[in-house]
Amino acid sequence: MPSNEAEEVLEILWIKTEEEGLSAVRKEDLLSADYDLESALDELAEEGSVEVKGGNVRLTEKGKGEARDIIRRHRLAERLLVDVLEMAEERVEEAACRFEHALPRGVDESVCTLLGHPRLCPDGNPIPPGRCCEEGREKIERLISPLTELEVGCEGRIAYITSRRHERLQRLMAMGIVPGLPVRLLQTFPSYVIEVEETQIALDAEIADEIYVRCERH
Amino acid sequence: MHGHGGGSQKDGVKTEGKIALIGSPNVGKSVIFHRLTGRYATVSNYPGTTVELSRGVASLGGKDYEIIDTPGTYSLFPLSEDERVTQRIILKERPDVLVHVVDGKNISLMLPLTLELIETGLPVILVVNMLDEAGERGIELDLAALQRALGIPVVGTIATERKGIDELKKSIAHLASFDYRPIRTSYPPRIESALKEVMELLPDGSGLSRRFIALLALAGDREAVEALEKGPSKEAILKRAEEMRREYRHSMRYIAKMTGKKRSQEILRRVVRRREGRKNRVTDRLGELTVRPLTGFPILLVVFYVMYRFVGVFGAGTLVDFFEQVLFGRYLNPAVSRLVESHIPFPLLQELLVGEYGLITMGLTYSIAIVLPIVSTFFFAFGILEDSGYFPRLTIMANRAFKKIGLSGKSALPMILGLGCDTMATLTTRILDSRKERIIATLLLALAVPCSAQLGVILGIVAGVSTRLLIVVFGVVFLQIFIVGYLASKVIPGESSDFIVEIPPIRIPHLSNVLVKTYMRMEWFLFEAVPLFLLGTLILFVLDKLSMLALVEGMAQPVVVGLLGLPKEATAAFIMGFLRRDYGAAGIFAMSRQGLLDPIQLAVSLVVIMLFVPCIANLFVIIKERGKKTALYIVAFIFPYAIFIGAVLNYLLRAFEVSL
Ligand SMILES: Nc1nc2c(ncn2[C@@H]2O[C@H](COP(=O)(O)OP(=O)(O)O)[C@@H](O)[C@H]2O)c(=O)[nH]1
Ligand SMILES: [Zn+2]
Ligand SMILES: [Zn+2]
Repeated sequence: MPSNEAEEVLEILWIKTEEEGLSAVRKEDLLSADYDLESALDELAEEGSVEVKGGNVRLTEKGKGEARDIIRRHRLAERLLVDVLEMAEERVEEAACRFEHALPRGVDESVCTLLGHPRLCPDGNPIPPGRCCEEGREKIERLISPLTELEVGCEGRIAYITSRRHERLQRLMAMGIVPGLPVRLLQTFPSYVIEVEETQIALDAEIADEIYVRCERH
Repeated sequence: MHGHGGGSQKDGVKTEGKIALIGSPNVGKSVIFHRLTGRYATVSNYPGTTVELSRGVASLGGKDYEIIDTPGTYSLFPLSEDERVTQRIILKERPDVLVHVVDGKNISLMLPLTLELIETGLPVILVVNMLDEAGERGIELDLAALQRALGIPVVGTIATERKGIDELKKSIAHLASFDYRPIRTSYPPRIESALKEVMELLPDGSGLSRRFIALLALAGDREAVEALEKGPSKEAILKRAEEMRREYRHSMRYIAKMTGKKRSQEILRRVVRRREGRKNRVTDRLGELTVRPLTGFPILLVVFYVMYRFVGVFGAGTLVDFFEQVLFGRYLNPAVSRLVESHIPFPLLQELLVGEYGLITMGLTYSIAIVLPIVSTFFFAFGILEDSGYFPRLTIMANRAFKKIGLSGKSALPMILGLGCDTMATLTTRILDSRKERIIATLLLALAVPCSAQLGVILGIVAGVSTRLLIVVFGVVFLQIFIVGYLASKVIPGESSDFIVEIPPIRIPHLSNVLVKTYMRMEWFLFEAVPLFLLGTLILFVLDKLSMLALVEGMAQPVVVGLLGLPKEATAAFIMGFLRRDYGAAGIFAMSRQGLLDPIQLAVSLVVIMLFVPCIANLFVIIKERGKKTALYIVAFIFPYAIFIGAVLNYLLRAFEVSL
């Protein structure tokens, strides 16, 4: 197990290479007040997680796997804090950082399942899927999933709504579409139509994708 | 605006109180408004907004009240301009009674707003409408229990059948003797303490509860805070609100809504009973069919076709023939001409009234004999579709295609209206949520949506030539909607709005209701559009008298003859097209009948006239709705673009020697 500091470095390397598309990262770009870069890199190089050549740092295959895991735990932790514990957004980042290092392997799968195998963290960054996610897809009807992944006729309650657009969240809320509300999916084309109470509401796919429902009945 | 509470002067009637009807869209506010006030209402824009508001007078228990039909509102923490207007009415006009109208079958979605309204401190009456539809769906409501739980008067109604309206009137009139003890909503402890803190800072609310203002303040509602009378504490209040926002992940608005939601669920547990309703009623089944892809699109076509038969063939054909040729052509105009010529000795004045570009012979004849029959049939058909609940379903079918051109499905409505009258359609672009969408819709209406009058004439011409011509002409024009719409959505800044539309159930329209609406819209047309026609005629008259028409014709010759390959007489038709779209088409019609145009020239001239600058009434409305600058851009784009497309079409058809 890498140290917490080494994990922080792995995280940054993953974001820069896998998500921002750099092939290698210069050492200067990894500098931070939070850790001692040299010792963290030494540790990682020793374990074969990174290669340091000249001023450039590169993730090895082993390192990639580790980094992916950490990112996954970090973002799952964020989701957990925001969706279940309703923590204020400003405080999430700090707490998630502590969480990710503490979350043992295996537990991340339980958390992931609890949350319905979310695909994005609250900031909209992708959560790398775990093994549970693949399996989860098959028995999805029992879990929380966005409207776009439900079958027509599915009935359930809104678990949460994740929208980056404040306006949209407000609009839905004002119409009474809030967590806890019973809904039924009526159709998916040409627009999504849901039934809440005795009202039918049509939505864009884009919005339907952000409404997560705990499906209870078909 | 009017003074606070109580008396105000309205249409010469001294009113002794003010009542605001409040509620989300489509719950029956307008029907109740008309039931209370009779037919006489004044519709006007709320100052500084594009939101329309009806005000009327009702006599209840011997007192005259001003009744306000507020725009659709889900919450007093405003998100839309509509909601802002409703909030302003409450904050500034402080009505004596707030009548909250809800849809009985959806009461649990709407009761949270009742709780918000109670928070204002103004007296609230709850009207549970649409009890018929609730009953049909097996929903039984114990309104007495609801009244006890809320501590405010609760009245059940079926507005369309007048049921419960008298009770509502009584309950307003006898409000003073009601044991009014409204329920209180309490928020989580930390918010309660913040509310107390802010309330200390507030000046006395004069009629409104300070708690309500404090709620708005904590929700960061700047306008509500700015509206406060006293200055120094405002900054302190906003600062506290800012702190609250940082403390909670969710906005105050969200917390208020969730709290209200929980509270209303507790209340409704003792009020709502569900039996198995009569499911699968014919109208529900029909409603389903209209939005399923397999059946929805064919139904859409049928609706269009029927509407076209009614408006295009019956209205624009039969009725116009009668009004224009028989009534005006044979009787009215000759009679008026004789009268004018024998009684008015000045030739110039005679011509102004009954000459070639006379206010009566052209202005009135055109607006009353040609346009009025078309728009009234259109208004009627539109009213039926509106009351049947078909329109929201139409937006579902159209949403995907419209998304591609930067518009949401809602824009389908103005576009279809445009097929009736572009001018009126431009007015209805107000229903669109973002500025970007309103501009794109206005542009497309002005450019590529032919109005029914023009469509009628053009179909008349093309039908006599060939189907190929029909396909080329309309194909080219409708293609522009997608090309220009797509480009405009890339160029015009701003976001396109979300598509979230409530779909009411399909209902059988009440004929009387549709007729009243048609009548009111015709009245609107007569007062708003007819003066524009007269003004346009006057402009043409002046141009003609100053011999400027001929001058313009000469100047346009290089373009018309050179680029478009048309005879120079076509210029006059284009100029007329600016006055009235169909008039331009009619000019082309006449030329083609005289054998002055070959099929290619016909295609080119029809495409240009359809794309060409909107008619003068439409232009005025564009200026009024979108402002001078945007209007200028729109015209500056359309004018050369229409010529450009015409020139390209001319070139292509000739280069490939297409036979039409
Ligand atoms: N079945 C039924 N329909 C109603 C009732 N009240 C209103 N409506 C219909 O509901 C639709 C919306 O009403 P409207 O007054 O325009 O709603 P507003 O948006 O709240 O002003 C119209 O088609 C009305 O005819 C009612 O009590 N029963
Ligand atoms: Zn971290
Ligand atoms: Zn998973």
